[in-house]
Amino acid sequence: MEALTRPLAQLGRSAVAALAGMGYAAMLLVDALRLTLFGWRAGQPLRLRAVFEQMRQFGVDALPIVCLLAFTVGIMLGIQFVAALSEFGAQSQVVIAVAKSVTREFGALITAILVAGRSGSALAARIGSMTVSQEVDALAVIGIDPVRYLVAPALIAMLVMLPLLTVLADAVAIFGAALYSAPALNLTPTAYMLQTMSLLTPGDVGQGIAKSAVFALLITLIGVSTGFSVTGGAEGVGRATTRAVVVSICWIIVADMIFSFFLNR
Amino acid sequence: MNTPAPLIEVEQLEAWYGRRRILHGVDFSVKAGEIRVIMGGSGSGKSTLLRHMLGLNRPAGGTVKLFGVDMARASEREKLDVRKRIGVSFQGGALLTSMTVGDNVALPLREHTRLDEQTIRIMTGIKLEVVNLGGFQDLMPSQLSGGMVKRAALARAIVMDPRLLFFDEPSAGLDPVVSAELDELILRLRDALRMTIVVVTHELESAFKIADSITVLDQGKVLMTGSTTEVRASDNERIQDLLNRRPRDVQIDADQYLQRLIGEDA
Repeated sequence: MEALTRPLAQLGRSAVAALAGMGYAAMLLVDALRLTLFGWRAGQPLRLRAVFEQMRQFGVDALPIVCLLAFTVGIMLGIQFVAALSEFGAQSQVVIAVAKSVTREFGALITAILVAGRSGSALAARIGSMTVSQEVDALAVIGIDPVRYLVAPALIAMLVMLPLLTVLADAVAIFGAALYSAPALNLTPTAYMLQTMSLLTPGDVGQGIAKSAVFALLITLIGVSTGFSVTGGAEGVGRATTRAVVVSICWIIVADMIFSFFLNR
Repeated sequence: MNTPAPLIEVEQLEAWYGRRRILHGVDFSVKAGEIRVIMGGSGSGKSTLLRHMLGLNRPAGGTVKLFGVDMARASEREKLDVRKRIGVSFQGGALLTSMTVGDNVALPLREHTRLDEQTIRIMTGIKLEVVNLGGFQDLMPSQLSGGMVKRAALARAIVMDPRLLFFDEPSAGLDPVVSAELDELILRLRDALRMTIVVVTHELESAFKIADSITVLDQGKVLMTGSTTEVRASDNERIQDLLNRRPRDVQIDADQYLQRLIGEDA
């Protein structure tokens, strides 16, 4: 009997823990948005300085690596589409295939995964170590709401920077694809780019941007909520950091699939 | 003139950690101007009591009032007003590691006042001088020694000139000389700045040196509250154990012991 009930109890416990985690993240989201909009009324104003600082960390500092990866993914997509479509003699469709797949999928996805690895983990590590060393408690008793001071700036910065990075990644990836496939298609790269521009609709780019806003929420909330829930000293901080990255990448991919399903029916 | 209400009133406070009961109906009050030491062994619930007084934990039962404000039911505004009037020095200092010592001390001023930068710098400097850390404002917390971190944390705690100061384990992990200096500092703060001070500690020597009155906690209950002489003269066995550093003699129940060993729930 015990052999049967124990796994069941385990399953129940982890389900409850997962649900509690989601509830906690949702509470942080509501709190952060409330403090952003009305915090100044309760003596908890959002500091623009902190928002800009986080924007620099999440966005500007990620520029080189985002560009590099987007460029590589663009070339890769160019190679694949030229190879696959030429089997059907449909090389002329390479431009639209690359344009749509980059703007709708890859730009947002690659950028989000990268930022989750860079900044989601950094958020979890920073807030986790602050929780362990009682710095979060210290903020609270000084009268600084930790959600206002630590979560709200990160959330706003991420919501602004991730879509911007995504648009940049779109452009760089398409440029990468153009460099590889233009010669194969007997086009100049400029002509390739112009053709891309005429084929893309605002909806394609908008789809990627909408996704990236959702990814921004996921990365920030998972990062900060795992950070605040750290227990068990330095080792706990390490575990939380890893967890934040793994969990947010899983959620990003699942959310991406759900989004794609509903937007492309 | 009627007698002033106590600054801290704790009534019938209950706290649980999961299924473990940490505080059993604790009553506790502190009058303005006194130095109260909360003493007790590890696991006596003194840190939990402190967290409740700071409004960091929500009580499972009973009330905690600071300056007459019930911390569990107060609005955010009221809570903020209370927090501007208290200062807390945490056990590990809890300085923000991403900021310099000066910025740490200036943080409450920057967040809660509209003073200009020059004034903030001067006020920060004054408080750092009070704790004998003048000239250290540009160092990072990681560059300070243990005693300096505690003193810097104290400077941050008093930078808003609070009426009520909490001090968690001032001498834990410090050498005797530094901890004696901290004791002197606490006494000076009370005399010079008329602060009411609550110190949580398990160090007997410093407790008796600084305290006006002592509350002894044991296993989540208040054993007694009284002056230092009253505590010394107490005939309570647990208090005498604590004062004379006698080990507890733990009674072992043979049946329970066996059950714990073979891992079966009774």
